[in-house]
Amino acid sequence: MTAEPLLQVRDLVKYYHAGGLLAARKPPVRAVDGVSFEIGRGETLALVGESGCGKSSVGRTILRLQEPTSGEAVFEGQDVFRLGREPLRALRRRMQIIFQDPYGSLNPRMTVGAAVAEGMQIHRLASGAELERRVAALLEEVGLDPSYARRYPHEFSGGQRQRIGIARALAVEPVFIVCDEPVSALDVSVQAQVLNLLADLQRQRGLSYLFIAHDLAVVRQIAQRIAVMYLGRIVETGPTEALLADPRHPYTQALLSAVPEPDPGAQRRRIVLHGDLPSPSNPPPGCPFHTRCFHPLRNERCRTEVPPLRPITGTLAACHYAEVSAVEAIEAAP
Amino acid sequence: MSPAGALLRAVWRRMSGRIGVVVLAAMITGAVAGPFVLPSPIAQPDIEHGGRPPSLAHPMGTDQLSRDVLARVAGGARVSLSVAAIAVAMSIGVGALVGLFAGYKGGAVDAVAMRLVDAALAIPRLFLLLLLLALWERIPLVVFIVAVGATGWFGTSRLVRGEVLRLRESEYVAAARALGGGGGRIMFRHLLPNAIGPLLVAATLGVGDVILLEAGLSFLGLGIQPPTPSWGGMIFDAREVLVTAPWASVFPALAITLTVLAANLIGDALRDAADPRSA
Repeated sequence: MTAEPLLQVRDLVKYYHAGGLLAARKPPVRAVDGVSFEIGRGETLALVGESGCGKSSVGRTILRLQEPTSGEAVFEGQDVFRLGREPLRALRRRMQIIFQDPYGSLNPRMTVGAAVAEGMQIHRLASGAELERRVAALLEEVGLDPSYARRYPHEFSGGQRQRIGIARALAVEPVFIVCDEPVSALDVSVQAQVLNLLADLQRQRGLSYLFIAHDLAVVRQIAQRIAVMYLGRIVETGPTEALLADPRHPYTQALLSAVPEPDPGAQRRRIVLHGDLPSPSNPPPGCPFHTRCFHPLRNERCRTEVPPLRPITGTLAACHYAEVSAVEAIEAAP
Repeated sequence: MSPAGALLRAVWRRMSGRIGVVVLAAMITGAVAGPFVLPSPIAQPDIEHGGRPPSLAHPMGTDQLSRDVLARVAGGARVSLSVAAIAVAMSIGVGALVGLFAGYKGGAVDAVAMRLVDAALAIPRLFLLLLLLALWERIPLVVFIVAVGATGWFGTSRLVRGEVLRLRESEYVAAARALGGGGGRIMFRHLLPNAIGPLLVAATLGVGDVILLEAGLSFLGLGIQPPTPSWGGMIFDAREVLVTAPWASVFPALAITLTVLAANLIGDALRDAADPRSA
């Protein structure tokens, strides 16, 4: 990419400290531990990882819904983390978020129209008949009947609610949207519809997405690039095609092996990781993945030395032995 | 249909709620219509022959001063219900605001506000009121209402704070913040409307409390001052003729019981209706 990226995140760190005056001093939860990436205009970067790996914290911190511990996020030339009150308000028009939970993300006491109109009222983009007209147009754009504006969220299905959430985000005409697992709570058939809608909107409006998911199958059709997160760090990143065709980090390989294969004849080994995600308040030293790694070459070095992200074939991977595919190595062994 | 409308409909669907609404509506009708159809509650037509039993002319009899008990019960309803309504509205309003700010702001604001509330809750409300009202020789009605309202919001503020702590983590609040919504918008458009269910329950139950409190204080002479009729005051006045003219105290006592019961029935029905598991 030659042009200036829309968003550059550098060394983002987010620790959560156990609260309370009387609570004993406990080590902080290292939700995000030095994450860097960039997103170009009109591009989608997928952030993939299992629950608790810190991917949602990344999304929320970039939007300043949470304050970062350290790091920077340069969006359209300014560092989001250093913005004062008013510039931050202005920024809210440029960046938006779509949430995972179609039930929790809409205020049950607000009509659909009021929810979609809220952003335009906050930023004084429209009022009166013009506001109503814009709400109707937005509902239509996300594939809903404009007459739904007068109804309440509980009258709608999960997929419809997700569309309402998308319309609400689009109302302020953002250029960048954090999609925080927008389809994880939906049925597979509805997932595809919402993904198609997001792709259409991206094309029509030139949007950029940070698409957060725990499932590589979902991001395959929407993302140009993928970053895989594990325990607060990016362990592998690269173009979607390359990363899915030839993943180099054992964790990516394990994630990929969990994706259902459409062709029942295809043989692929299912890698089952043993053990749980280590506690993010007490992450293992060295490579964060070493406690669950199945790479035949894993050794003392993995337990002591943190592997940096480095270019392997096609992707960047944070594994000392990424040149040797862990999956191929165990399959070759008797 | 709006959620509030659905809630009220759900109350009406419940037998307890329906009985409560009917009884309370009857009380309010009596309180409003009383002065137009009944004799004056302070008229003493036959001071020599007070304490008459119920008759056609006086359906609830007359009291020791020959005043019409029915007229006084209706007049008492007017006073007791409006005192209860205004005092409860005050305490619910103050409690909601304090709880909303404490819960939303969190941190030091929350800690200080809630410790003060804890301290206030540790003193029985009746003692607080006795202390306050003892400052006046003849308690003006406004003072009485304000005192009752000012001592009733502690529990409500805790209730609302708890709700707000839960609601402020919700994704729709995060969405509102992401849209650039400020504290006022988030508190009054997103948090408060969603805490309205428990608040309504607290309000209806509070009405019952205040009526009992008013009756008790009036009985102690620290409430509504005669000759303004109030239910507690009527029972207090009639204690000397309890044996010879029991109707003078039984009917106001019945009115208290029925009204408190009605308020509690509505409160219970609201609580059930607001419980999402019953939806």
